[in-house]
Amino acid sequence: MPSKYVIHVREVPHRFEAVSKSGIIAWEEGCLRCAVCVKTKCVYGVYENRGLHARQMIDSIDNQCMNCLRCVQSCPGELIHKSVNPEFKAMGDSHWTPNIIANLWMQAKTGKIPVSGAGYPGPFSGPGFDSMWTDMSEIVRPTRDGIHGREYISTAIDLGKTPEFIRLSEDGSLEEGEMPLLDIPLPIILRMPPFGATGPATIAGWALAARRLGTLFSAPVDILESLKPDFAPHLMPECTMEGEDLERIPAGNRLVEIPWSEDWKSRVDSVIRKDPSLLISVRVPMAEGMEERSLTLAQEGIAIIHLEGSMSGLFLDDKTRYIKDGIRSVHRKLVEANIRDTMTLLVSGGISLAEHVAKSMLCGADGVFVDFPALIALECRMCRRCTEGLSCPVEIDQASSGWVAARVVNLLGAWHNQLLELMGAMGIRDARRLRGEVGRAMFFEELDEKTFGPMGDVEEGCELE
Amino acid sequence: MLRRDVNLNNVESFQLPGVVRTPSRFRNPIGKYRLHRSDTCTACGKCVELCPTGVHVVRRGKVFVENHHLCVGNDCPDPCHKACPEGALTLRRNPDFDGMGDARWPADLLASTWHMAEFGKVPDKGLEYKLGASGGGFDKLRLVFRKNKSAFEEVADDDFDMGVVLNRRNDHAHRVRTEVPFYGGGMSYGSVSITTMLSRIKAAVALGTFCCTGEGGYPDELKPYDDHVITQVATGLFGVREETIQRVKIVEFKYAQGAKPGLGGHLLGDKVTPGVARMREAVVGYPLFSPFPFHSVYSVEDHKKHVDWIKAMNPKALVSVKVSTPTDVDMVAVGSYYAGAHIIHLDGSYGGTGAAPDIAKKNIAMPLEYALPKVHQFLKEEGVRDKLTVIASGGIRNPHDVAKAIALGADGVCTGTADLVALECIRCHKCESGRGCARGIATTDAELMQLIQMEWGTQRIVNMFLAWRRELVRILKKLGMKSLKELVGRTDCLTHIDYMKKRI
Repeated sequence: MPSKYVIHVREVPHRFEAVSKSGIIAWEEGCLRCAVCVKTKCVYGVYENRGLHARQMIDSIDNQCMNCLRCVQSCPGELIHKSVNPEFKAMGDSHWTPNIIANLWMQAKTGKIPVSGAGYPGPFSGPGFDSMWTDMSEIVRPTRDGIHGREYISTAIDLGKTPEFIRLSEDGSLEEGEMPLLDIPLPIILRMPPFGATGPATIAGWALAARRLGTLFSAPVDILESLKPDFAPHLMPECTMEGEDLERIPAGNRLVEIPWSEDWKSRVDSVIRKDPSLLISVRVPMAEGMEERSLTLAQEGIAIIHLEGSMSGLFLDDKTRYIKDGIRSVHRKLVEANIRDTMTLLVSGGISLAEHVAKSMLCGADGVFVDFPALIALECRMCRRCTEGLSCPVEIDQASSGWVAARVVNLLGAWHNQLLELMGAMGIRDARRLRGEVGRAMFFEELDEKTFGPMGDVEEGCELE
Repeated sequence: MLRRDVNLNNVESFQLPGVVRTPSRFRNPIGKYRLHRSDTCTACGKCVELCPTGVHVVRRGKVFVENHHLCVGNDCPDPCHKACPEGALTLRRNPDFDGMGDARWPADLLASTWHMAEFGKVPDKGLEYKLGASGGGFDKLRLVFRKNKSAFEEVADDDFDMGVVLNRRNDHAHRVRTEVPFYGGGMSYGSVSITTMLSRIKAAVALGTFCCTGEGGYPDELKPYDDHVITQVATGLFGVREETIQRVKIVEFKYAQGAKPGLGGHLLGDKVTPGVARMREAVVGYPLFSPFPFHSVYSVEDHKKHVDWIKAMNPKALVSVKVSTPTDVDMVAVGSYYAGAHIIHLDGSYGGTGAAPDIAKKNIAMPLEYALPKVHQFLKEEGVRDKLTVIASGGIRNPHDVAKAIALGADGVCTGTADLVALECIRCHKCESGRGCARGIATTDAELMQLIQMEWGTQRIVNMFLAWRRELVRILKKLGMKSLKELVGRTDCLTHIDYMKKRI
């Protein structure tokens, strides 16, 4: 058994004041000047800590209010009111919601998993991954206590071709010539997001984070050129196969990715010619025909298939289909062809919460790529100003690589612990066993209609309440 | 104090408590609307005269908007702001109200629960008190009232049988029954203040039902109410002593908690105050881990050993088994029955907690609405449904949820969050931060605890549950039933608006 994998986290402060959910409106006009103002009685000392920030015209009160409403409910003049901060509500989009962004910031800052009091406040179910639940074990099946350290839960996965059986030579030793297998201690590979106000320090920071975490950082090969040669084992260059791309692959690199195309075979051949020891991942768009394409690739001996969905967790060619269903469909196709166990399936697109890692795997992936969360960890607000050539409100490109790496390590440290929570409850001790384990998942589409569909018919004149 | 025995033989002597109006403990209660009165007001008194809920008050020749929270806004049949001869009144939504609440507990549901806790009846206008906004489960299920079902229209409310028999095995254990179809779910000493704990238990005594201590010990202050206390044995075994097991009529094993199924608990060192440490038989300032699962239970046989252990110490005790809702929850329920349990308590994934990882609350285990019919059906097929009491909890917010849970297959329900909302919890989700609950409910901070008086708390909870009971009676009348028992498992009385089939 490998030594226990621990991600060391430490508090790494924001560089800017975070946009917070809470807004307090206090009208000074009409104030009765009470001897004991409710503002001085704030349980959290919010009003005492009040102060204006030099760099941003945001009253710090926004960031500290805990929404207890005591001041609102106690002010004799009824002069204090609360509302949701419009700037907060306007962040992101329907997939990268303000709450998700704020939670990612918090995790990147503290390295801690989000914990709160009271019951779950969200909707019953939702689109995509929100329409599935993970299982737990109770009385009739044992769980694993991974968090408090009583048992070791491994989150490691293998990348590459797994032989169906081990070939031994006559003297009993392992026969040479098996495909190389790469293992990473976390089922997560960092990937450069398609946009972001990044600079050389950001790239260096992400590579540093990948090295500290023992995983890989995937980015276009020309972007990786600026990095020091000793990062090579932790990089996964994406080659477009145009021009001199292959020549740019850093020495010591173990894994490259090429995009799928009709002539993928000749591209693979040219990579093999360059370095036969390289592991090859072929990136297949999550779109019509991906099952057949993946099957062909697997049958032709491609070790790793990367299914790429949209940044909103959808198919690239169909905005009504979710990657959750895409993964299940490709996985099933490969299982039916008896080939799933011999190759690796990675997924990207819209992975925004720790639970998406486990859920992708339950649906059939071996691991996932994390892109935008690694940018949001750097305080990105998903405002997309950078895509229009405008300045970044949080000056991401100015952040040092040390800060970038620490924030990303914090985020994935928190994700790792959340993965342990889910796996512990499921009673699964090895992340490799999560793959395609739909028996440990519950799906809205399988449960909802089955449970409620046959219920009472409604006749004319019935009253519903 | 007179001790009332909750024994089947003494049903006759039980009387429900009365409603006593118990307003908010804060100066400015939060309502949905705000009325603004401008300087042009001539104090003619028209608005005072018109308002059916007493929003306006005359004092020393001037009229004030004193009770914003009672205004029903556009639902008002004769709105003051339209009738004002001077045009001095304007109606607006309250911005505080719109910033409050969430999908499970929208602001309307919070405010209507506060209304019930103040007045002992459901709000008749202005607030949606029957449904939340979660977009599924209870919030998409509807009770179906068919025509010509008014046989019990004239029967007095008190004559409806709303009780639940908790010992259906008919063994030698106590023959316990509750007078209302709900009892208080476990909330430990430490997670809530002793005042909150006592308010809940005193309300349970008045309503002829029970309240659970949670894991964290059995404070001496609860002793006068032993007959209404359920003591909990959870995985940390904190505060479990032979003497506490022998004091009560019902002992609850907590195998899992809906909000954090499959996970253990962690009480931070700071929270282990001398009082908490004494109660939990631990050391002051050291963090306490409640493991998951019981490290002595990995099978139904092990579980039986646990149940036998309780029965050896207190042979007349009822044993309740609190579990959450994995896919094989039906197997767990049947296993619990064969191990000797009287009550299977299903805690669904929307249950409350003092603190739990968000990832667990959202994702682990299935919603209660799926688990209930599954368990009910499986127990029926096994032929043991009549021998086991099924209690549902985890997301029961209002009387309609109670009726729906019972129609899905429960005998009764457990509540927790609703009790706290009656005490003016606003679900800020910060139970654990800093000195604990800023509103004085879930805290052990000496100063914050003072925000609640026990009599106030008890009456608020009693009022809310009287409103629930009254509403449940109204529902039964419309269903043509006289006893809540008739509703158990009657899924034909429910329809889901997404799959509703109209038969004409």
